[in-house]
Amino acid sequence: MNRLAAALAPLILAAGAFSAQAQDPHAGHAMPPPPRTQPATPVPDPHAGHQTPPPVAAQDPHAGHVMPPASPPPVTDSHAGHRMPAQPATVDPHAGHDMSTMAPARADPHAGHDMSTMSMGPPDVPTSADNPGRPPEDPLPAAALGGPVHAADLVFGADAMAASRRALVRENGDVRVTAVILDRLEAGFGDDEETWLWDVQGWSGGDINRFWWKSEGEGGLDDGLEETELQALYSRALTPFWDVQAGVRQDVRPDGEDTTHLVLGLQGLAPYWWEVDAAAFLSTDGDLTARVEAEYDQRITQRLILQPRLEMDLSASDIPELEIGSGLSSVEAGLRLRYEFRKEFAPYVGVEWSRSFGDTADYIEARGGEPEDTRFVVGLKAWF
Amino acid sequence: MSTPRLDRRMLLRGAVGGGGLLGLQGLLPAWAQTGSPGLRADLPTLTGPNIDLTVGHSAFTVGGRTGHAVTMNGVLPAPLLRLREGQNVRLSVTNNLDEDTSIHWHGLLVPFQMDGVPGISFPGIKARETFVYEFPIKQSGTFWYHSHSNLQEAMGHYGPIVIDPAGPDPIGYDREHVLVLSDWSFMHPHEILAKLKKSPGYFNQQRTTLSGLLSGEDRMSLEERRMWGGMRMDPRDVLDVNGSTYTYLINGHGPEENWTGLFRPGERVRLRIINASAMSIFNIRIPGLPMTVVQADGENVRPVEVDEFQISVAETYDVIVQPTGDRAWTIVSEAIDRSGMGRATLAPRPGMTAEVPPLREVPNLTMRDMGMDHGGMGGMDHGAMAGMDHGVPAADAAPTHDMAGMNMRDPGNAPPDMAVGVGVDMVSMDPANRLGERPIGLTDVDHRVLVYTDLVSLQPNKDQRPPSRTMEIHLTGNMERFMWGFDGRKFSELVEPIRFERDERVRVTLVNDTMMAHPIHLHGHFFELVTGGPAGHQPLKHTVNVAPGSKVTFDLTADAPGDWAFHCHMLMHMHAGMFNVVTVRPMDGAPS
Repeated sequence: MNRLAAALAPLILAAGAFSAQAQDPHAGHAMPPPPRTQPATPVPDPHAGHQTPPPVAAQDPHAGHVMPPASPPPVTDSHAGHRMPAQPATVDPHAGHDMSTMAPARADPHAGHDMSTMSMGPPDVPTSADNPGRPPEDPLPAAALGGPVHAADLVFGADAMAASRRALVRENGDVRVTAVILDRLEAGFGDDEETWLWDVQGWSGGDINRFWWKSEGEGGLDDGLEETELQALYSRALTPFWDVQAGVRQDVRPDGEDTTHLVLGLQGLAPYWWEVDAAAFLSTDGDLTARVEAEYDQRITQRLILQPRLEMDLSASDIPELEIGSGLSSVEAGLRLRYEFRKEFAPYVGVEWSRSFGDTADYIEARGGEPEDTRFVVGLKAWF
Repeated sequence: MSTPRLDRRMLLRGAVGGGGLLGLQGLLPAWAQTGSPGLRADLPTLTGPNIDLTVGHSAFTVGGRTGHAVTMNGVLPAPLLRLREGQNVRLSVTNNLDEDTSIHWHGLLVPFQMDGVPGISFPGIKARETFVYEFPIKQSGTFWYHSHSNLQEAMGHYGPIVIDPAGPDPIGYDREHVLVLSDWSFMHPHEILAKLKKSPGYFNQQRTTLSGLLSGEDRMSLEERRMWGGMRMDPRDVLDVNGSTYTYLINGHGPEENWTGLFRPGERVRLRIINASAMSIFNIRIPGLPMTVVQADGENVRPVEVDEFQISVAETYDVIVQPTGDRAWTIVSEAIDRSGMGRATLAPRPGMTAEVPPLREVPNLTMRDMGMDHGGMGGMDHGAMAGMDHGVPAADAAPTHDMAGMNMRDPGNAPPDMAVGVGVDMVSMDPANRLGERPIGLTDVDHRVLVYTDLVSLQPNKDQRPPSRTMEIHLTGNMERFMWGFDGRKFSELVEPIRFERDERVRVTLVNDTMMAHPIHLHGHFFELVTGGPAGHQPLKHTVNVAPGSKVTFDLTADAPGDWAFHCHMLMHMHAGMFNVVTVRPMDGAPS
């Protein structure tokens, strides 16, 4: 059970990240106090009785007093939005307004009461954000619902319009894209033999549903390919920043230990621009493992970018044939400095430190390997 | 009543008067050629009751490089259409492309079936077919026309329209020039969109950096950066596509080609400025020369003298300038993220130039652009306001704000029918009406800047009934996935149209739940911006720029029966889903 929890931890972490995102991305930010107050009930029109032009009832232009910043400093009077028409002075439009606290330096800007040329700024028409109860919108007048469904059908015929109407839908929102992203294509130089790896992914589809594939492979310059992994996933956008992904993963190893896994993962963007890819894998042998990757781009200049990258591998059980022990099996931490000749083409240099833990480390040590390794890397990040 | 018909005549009559000129000039209509004396009756513009236009492929050269353009009558911009109020016009449009095309007459009040939006107004113009548009001209002013098919507009398919009033023009001027502003990329617009889908910050070469933090050049503290990072928003995302790929054109000329319009010192020169860009908002200024704004979106306004104004995509402004002296003046159209500029010259003689000012600093977005009504109240003193007893509790008059505990994406701040899903990365929690505020990047310039509340219609509004109904429409998006929509839905999700009863008067409030500006355009109608200005003189617009995180209210008399497009005029936003159909019923002849 603990192992299962360990394997699922990355998923839970990631899920936490995205639910936090769904709630309050500012948690923990110290921002200026105090709490914002909201009128609980619609503010009564303080101009009742005035001869203001009658916009729709609930639209007191003064609600909330959010007066726009008059861009030249407000030299005129601050009755923005009163929209008092140039009525011959029948009623004193200021009756009832307590203006005693107005800056005394101001001459009476209302002399003559001709307010027709006042331009004090727009009224603050309340919206849903001002109405926590969200009063329903005014109903549609019945006549607005009259036919025909499509006016142009009357002129050109429904048949002639049908194809262009489909094209209109396609051309206004239904954008399909295919991307290929070469995250890391690199060579590593450490104490022992020189290694190389690729880490590539790509997707095809619209904004919500995508086919997503990922491939990783690594090997030594002398020993050749060590292992290859290929994932084929269905990816669905769940929240603005997160996709849930499900599918299969096939591992190919020269030593014959090929395995197939079911994959369930989350990929997206965590607050503070961390790109996160977290997935759990259930193999056909019943082994449950998980992997979390996170990377961040620190722009030093517009083109020179330092990228910290973290990867954690976890397992719910010992898998001796793969030299994996239960619990946290390994951690990789890298720092890569790339130069974007174009956004799509960025060679890099960097260092990567990796360490195996627990039984995983024991397996490696047992065959004479080092559980900890630091290597210098040179590679290319590219996409198209 | 017109129907599409096949017509294979080659229709270049009077179109390419400048076609015989050399090189660069070859692709420009005469009025757009450099050294233009201005618009004159004897210039080869297209005029009269019958006008022929042919849409086709052309090579377009700017800055020494040649690319592929989609043009009308082989020129970029397209020929000037000069019409007169009260006339009828028949426009025969022949499609020489291998795909459908269309022309929308932007700002012209035409019967819906002549409005030129395939799938709404008509079926579109198929390859090698001709469609005849025919309608009466019921207005005057500066307008434009462009394709409404498949991003062709971003490839050069646009041109100006000038309609002379039937009677005397209330605007006095000695000479006029048309300035068509646009953005040209050698990258195909579909490629641009694909880049944005894969990497929304792709074109931004002005992001905040560590070196900018250390040197202070970014003008942003670590704390502010952390806040933006926490929101996963980029405070430098001012224009999605910008000068890193665009060459900004004025009348088809890049900055190097320097389009030049002539004047005699002392003349009142009317500049008819049209933003025909796909994705670019500009700040316009002529250093040293004040401009008097006399018309916006083809509707006359009370003259306002300014030194700079912002023109969003698809807007038009007419200004009067009075250049004096034997010197040249530089017209600057600076992209609002300061990633590039268009440049042209007004001069007494061809070949004269004036100093070209350098690009200014890229603006940083603020919390106000995130729909939070914080600070930045432009000197409005809440304390003093609270003293004015308007019958509202003082606490409400001076709302205070607290970031802790705020929810940037609270469905409670959205209308009940809005879909707060993947396509919505934020819901403005306190959208401010920013019509009276200087637009982004111009808040601190030390000269006069036009704000929307400066616009006052010259003529009284025709319909002064109070609105009988209100409507709230949210402009929504997901920056990270480059998704855009209304009320959380892309048009491709088969949304309900926005319905009006014919002749009803509705007060519509647009709430921008994104940190980008959206020029929202309604076809077939002009709406009145509710600016709080003189009663009965609300300015009429066909396109309004809704500032980031803000709200805009307009009054609409839905007097044009039929179906109409309603969309963001940022072409990539529209193509990504910020589009809907407006229906006005009943139709003519239907029982009401």
